[in-house]
Order: sequence, then structure tokens, then C-alpha cells
Amino acid sequence: MCDTCGCNLTPGNRHLAFKPVAPGTTAVSVLKGLLAKNDDQAAHNREHFDRRGILAVNLMSSPGSGKTALLEATLAALKDEFGCAVIEGDLETENDAERIRALGVTAHQIVTGTACHLDAHLVHDALHHMNLDGVDLLFIENVGNLVCPASFDLGQHLNVTLLSVTEGDDKPAKYPVMFRAADAMLLTKTDLLAVLDDFDPDKAEAHLRQLANPAPVLRLSARRNLGMDAWLAWLRAELAAQRARVKTGRTRRPAIQPDGAQLHRATA
Amino acid sequence: MHELAVAQALIEQVEGVIRQHHAERASRIRVRIGPLAGVVPELLASAFPLAAAGSRMAHAALDLVDAPITVRCQTCGAESEAAINRLVCAACGDWHTQIVSGDELLLESVELETTSALAPNSSSLAPKHV
Repeated sequence: MCDTCGCNLTPGNRHLAFKPVAPGTTAVSVLKGLLAKNDDQAAHNREHFDRRGILAVNLMSSPGSGKTALLEATLAALKDEFGCAVIEGDLETENDAERIRALGVTAHQIVTGTACHLDAHLVHDALHHMNLDGVDLLFIENVGNLVCPASFDLGQHLNVTLLSVTEGDDKPAKYPVMFRAADAMLLTKTDLLAVLDDFDPDKAEAHLRQLANPAPVLRLSARRNLGMDAWLAWLRAELAAQRARVKTGRTRRPAIQPDGAQLHRATA
Repeated sequence: MHELAVAQALIEQVEGVIRQHHAERASRIRVRIGPLAGVVPELLASAFPLAAAGSRMAHAALDLVDAPITVRCQTCGAESEAAINRLVCAACGDWHTQIVSGDELLLESVELETTSALAPNSSSLAPKHV
């Protein structure tokens, strides 16, 4: 018998123990985000990036929409201009990290086992395995999944969500939590548009606006090197913005952290 | 999909509240979930008993409270309810809106049992009155 785990309760006495009785019961108002622990770790990661002047970008999409191919093309174009590093998240294998290392860029693979998303603690552990000296741009390639990664802050500054044109152009309407979190939406594999008659890039953009998301929509093909200049220019501008923020001691949280949270706090 | 992780985070937080208030256990836990939080209430409800087994809230009732999606229009200033994939202003139709509610995942309140509820006179943990 003990008083801590409830093993001293029987069906006969349970109603005494668990029916709230006024003198012995207290209601406590908490109003705390359930992911507070993850968010605290994420804030710590973000401070770490800011201290080093690093811009951290979280890439999210469904599996197979071209995150790693985009990274390969991006790193090939930028690795001599900026210090770059990559954290890869997958359920299994080192394959993606090896593709990045083949370009001579530092990469750490997080193998999540069965977990469907990265969280701030996994990213923190990964950072301890990496040498971030001289790094300007850190890409975090999240687990391919349009659902869970959107709900976990990793400490990144920006969310980039990819939508390949072989998927449906109504994906933003189907996965609103994910696409609402995007600071930029990339329509990838656009070289295939010529052979696809059912994907309308304008419709995809309209669905994104229906989520009240003003994020830029960039159309590109990493494999065929189409539209990459606009994406690289966006990254350069965001890195410059990050450097300006760091100088004045400010930071930026990605779109996933809603303004609504401020309103809750004000009314709580 | 990640509701078990959310349930574990919930249990950790409630455990903290129990400790902080020197209570015995939690009898009722109230969580507010907006549709935009990315958490399915039904899945959280089924994950909770698994995560709570053996803890001081193993027998607690879990109340999951819906939060409607409300947006405020930055163009006309109106506040209106919205659908999860159509967060536009109901008054003027503009998409330049801000979420007022609907994205929260909040531990709202916990009902705690103090020692006296279970054993009014006999518990050594009960505060002594001199």
C-alpha cells in the first residue's frame, strides 16, 4: 500500500478518493502551453544560434518532395559564400547526411527511430555533435511529414515548406497547420509541370493565402536549376536580416509561434 | 501522431503542479485545444491513460475543451469565426487576418486532492494545528 501511485484504491473506496470534495480539493488554474518544455529548449537553441550569428532554417514537407535535392543544389551554390551546416532528420539511415557530406559540408544525421518529427531536444543533442565555428547558415531537414513537425519549435528562425508539383495543389487546404507555419513556400520540381496537367501553381498560392499566410511563394526545380536564383536571393536577404537582428540584440521566431499566444497571455 | 508525446508533456506539467501545491494527486485536468494546434483531442484522450499509468493522475478525469477559431481582420478590424483552412475575414473577405484563438494547446486548470480528502484525521502528512 502506498499513498503515491493510487494502488491503495479499490473499486469500493475510489468514489471517496476521486470525487472532488470541497475541503480536500483545490482547483488550480495553470494556463501553460503543453509544449512549454520543448519551447524552453527551443528558445535556448535559438539563443545559441543568435550568439553565433547563425540563421537556422527548418525545411518541412511530405516525404519525397525534394528537400535533400534542394539542399544539395543550395549548398553547391552557397558553400563558398557562407559557412553552411545541415542537420538531417529521418526515421532510419544516414543516407541524407552522406549526400550532404559528399559536397564537403558538415552534416549530422538524427535517426528518430519511429518518431515522426524532430523536437528541440533532439536538435540540441545534435548541436553538441557539430562544430559550428564559422557557420552562417544552418539547415534543419525535418522528418518528411506534413503533420507533426509543424507543432514543434526547434529554435529555428524560419520555416520553409516545400510542395512538389507532383502532389496536389490543394495541399495547403488539406494540411493547414503545416502551411500556416511556413515563412516561405517552395513549389518544387516545376520542370515537371510541362507533363502534369493537374497542378496549378496559382491555385496552390491561393490556398496558402486562404490560411492568412503572406509568405512568398517561390517556384523552382533544383535538378534543372530553374528558379534557384530567387530562392538563393531570399536566403541571402534573410541572413542579412538575421545579422541586423543579432547586432541589435533581437531575434525572430518562425511563423509557427502565433501572435495568438500573446493575446492569450493578455487575457489570462 | 505525436499525441503520446503531448500526453507525456501534460503529465510532467501536472506532476509539477501537484508537487508545487503539496497535493496528493490530481482528480481532474482541463486542457484547451484549438483545431490549429495540430493535436487530435480523441487521440490525446486515448494516449492519456497510457502515459498516466502509475502516476499521481492515473485516475484523473481529462476534460478536453474545444477552442473555436477566431480571426481578427487587419484590414477592417472585424473579429469573426473561421474554418481551419479558410482563415479569411467573414466580414470583408480579406485574408490579412490574425488568429485570436484556435491555435492553443493549454493546460488550463487542475483539480488537486490534498491529503485530508482521503484520510481526514489519520494522515501524518496533514498539517498539524497547534
